[in-house]
This record gives sequence, C-alpha cells and structure tokens, in this order.
Amino acid sequence: MTVTNVHKDHEARTMTITAEFDAPIEKVWRLWQDPRFLERWWGPPTYPATFVDHDLSPGGTVTYYMTGPEGEKHHGWWRVVTVDAPRGFTFEDGFADDSGEPNTEMPTMKVRVALMGTSAVGTQMVIETTFPSLEAMNQLAEMGMEEGMTAAMSQMDDLLLELVSD
Amino acid sequence: MYNQMVVRTEKAQRIDRKFHALADPTRRDIVRRALTGELSVTALATSYPMSFAAVQKHVAVLERADLITKRRSGREQLVRSSIESVRSVAESLDQLEEVWRGRIDRFGEVLADEEGEEQR
Repeated sequence: MTVTNVHKDHEARTMTITAEFDAPIEKVWRLWQDPRFLERWWGPPTYPATFVDHDLSPGGTVTYYMTGPEGEKHHGWWRVVTVDAPRGFTFEDGFADDSGEPNTEMPTMKVRVALMGTSAVGTQMVIETTFPSLEAMNQLAEMGMEEGMTAAMSQMDDLLLELVSD
Repeated sequence: MYNQMVVRTEKAQRIDRKFHALADPTRRDIVRRALTGELSVTALATSYPMSFAAVQKHVAVLERADLITKRRSGREQLVRSSIESVRSVAESLDQLEEVWRGRIDRFGEVLADEEGEEQR
C-alpha cells in the first residue's frame, strides 16, 4: 500500500493523507507539474480528467474537466496560492459551471501538497485538504448522497444491522 | 423540481443541526458515552463540571439534531445515541478520503510505469 496514514480532524475539518513512493522527489513533483501526467491520475477511470489551462505558479489558474460515461463534462478549477517546487504547493480546488467559469455557489477546498525526499529513491507525499466551513461540508455530503454512493453504503449498513439484530 | 428542492433544503437543515450539535466537546462526549447503551441524564450530569440544567440543555440540542433519543423511565430520563445519525456526519470526510485514496493509488501506478519505462 502506498497510503501510509490517514488522519481526519472533524473539528478542524481537515483530512490528511500520507503516502510513500519509491521514486525521487523530482519525479513525484512531475506528476503534478505536467498536465499530461495529471490526467493519468486525477480522475477515476470512469471520469478521466482533461486539463485545459495549467499554470502552476503563485496566482496561476488550472482548469480541467472530467468526462463521465455518458459523455457529460464536469468542470473544475484550481487557484494556485503558493509554490515551492519540488517540495509542494498550495491551491484552492473548486467547481465550475458548464462553460468552465468558477461556480461561486459551490464550496472550494484548500489543498496543501507537501513532498519530502526520504532517500535518494523515496518520497513522502502529504496531502492536507480543508473544508472552508461546516456548510461546505454539508453541501458536499449532500452531493455525495445525490450521487447515490452514500445511499448505497448506508443501505448496506442497514442490511448488516438487520442481519446482526436477527 | 420544486419538491426536490424542498427535500434538499430540509436535508441540509437536518445536517446543519447535526454539525452544530457536534461542534461542542461536551455534546460529543455525551454521544460517545451514550453509544454503548442507555444512560440517565442524572448520571451524565455528575460527569461534567456544570449544572444539571446545563447538561439537560446539551441533551436537548442533541435530541433536536436526532443524534440521541430520550425516553422517560419513572423519574429518570434515559438517553441513547442513534448510531445512524452519527455516521452521516463523518460522511463528507470519508468521501474525501475515498477520492484521495483512489488518486494516490493511480498516482503510484503512473510513477511505477514511468520508472519501468526508464529501466527498459
């Protein structure tokens, strides 16, 4: 497993995930820095991402869309805040409307990416994601529910509970 | 469409109440304790450096947020956590974890592919 630790802080509204890779820090950084590499991992196989603009400098903008199985497009953007290549960067991660314009009614997340070389051929990557507010958490939880993912999961849990209580 | 919006708003308010209720450490502690079984409000009140009335207020907030259920037994009020509700609060962070686990798995695969390419 590449993921070595996950920490969720409900009060601070953050999720911190740590991973270790057998690759030097420059190569790990390249997967963020080069949009053609980003496209290979940002979206799940059923929703591959296409990056349109990719300016990884302070104040720069990154725009992308993910294409769903029915051909539908979901647009997103990043606003780059700080960059310290190859040790990482911080950005705001938001949703956009169909024309790619930032959707201000949707919550934006703050993301911090920190890379640290642990040896000549090993790198640790820490991703810290922060929800801007409780409201934003609610909103995203709602969206997840709409996608049916959570609904399916709670149905499964309900079934398990029934089995246990039988 | 209109109905759908009403449902969504109600759901949002329900979730708001839960987050608000859980934003307080005493209330979180009450939910945690009441997870394992029924507890009397009197017993709870002795655990915190506050008045019985203050603890009762916390219990009322949790009850309104559907995080605990309360019933009367003689002179006692008994509370119990409703686990279903507690679970939904953690959902947004859990979803985020799922998203990033997927990304990091793919990230590792891309890196491994690249390393393999270079060694060939």
